[in-house]
Amino acid sequence: MSNISEAMQAAVGTVTGRTTSYPISESDIRKWALAVYWPGQPPAMFIDPAAAAKTVHGGIVAPEEFNPFAWIAPAHEAFIKNAGKLENNNPDNPEIALGMSGPGLKFQLNGGMSVEYGVRMRAGDVITSESSVGEYSEREGRLGLMLFSRGISTWTNQKGEMVKRTTGTLIRY
Amino acid sequence: MTVNVGDVIPTFVRETGFANWNRYAAVNDEFVPIHMDDAAGEAAGNGGAFGMGNLQWAYLHNMLRAFVGENGEILGMEVQFRSPNVKGQTLTAHGVVTGIEGDVISLEIWTDTQDGLKLAPGSATVRMGK
Repeated sequence: MSNISEAMQAAVGTVTGRTTSYPISESDIRKWALAVYWPGQPPAMFIDPAAAAKTVHGGIVAPEEFNPFAWIAPAHEAFIKNAGKLENNNPDNPEIALGMSGPGLKFQLNGGMSVEYGVRMRAGDVITSESSVGEYSEREGRLGLMLFSRGISTWTNQKGEMVKRTTGTLIRY
Repeated sequence: MTVNVGDVIPTFVRETGFANWNRYAAVNDEFVPIHMDDAAGEAAGNGGAFGMGNLQWAYLHNMLRAFVGENGEILGMEVQFRSPNVKGQTLTAHGVVTGIEGDVISLEIWTDTQDGLKLAPGSATVRMGK
């Protein structure tokens, strides 16, 4: 029996919301780089302004995978009027956010990502993310029938330049 | 540096466990029970707590970044998370050049464990720094 309802299928392509970050700080970038290179040292271009100034970037830029929306964002505009209240780590959150019932599956995993990069993020940038609903699919896995749902987010900076376009896959079972 | 199809690029290696995952959770606000608590990871069918896919994603970026240099570009990347990264694994990010078109280099990329278990296969396109 499929976990993909007609309502879920009909939601594909819906633009769900827009989130704006606080301005990125050099400290945010340093901490991120330290975490993803630990216990090694990150490249100087992420932590040393003088070294970064000698690169083609002319200053510190963020690692491509840096997330300026972690912990808190100052502005979020939801486009779904009847969205439900999200709960931490609830596997039904993608559908609750769309104002519909989710499949009620118990577990969720990050199934994968694909990304296209544009301009680099740097200190002072304010990033806006616009999210939309990608496709649903299913297949049998070692833990039973697995539901694959995709979310698309497009990030732009304060100049309107594309920073990245990401398609994330959530696996639920 | 001359790059040819079939070239194996330098790896990025980390022993993985809570020391890595907690640091990553701290910067990405990813304090999800399956990554923090063995009982939650086991209840999810993975034998214990396991690492974030996003951190493997970052390790693959680290490998590509070292390859292209500080003036190079990662143009795009795609990865599937097929097996969990559990505690105590030595995780290695790998890359092999699969194509060159103009100045754009395509690579097959993946992470695996010390036992050769492939965790996150994928592909990437990059441009070398000048």
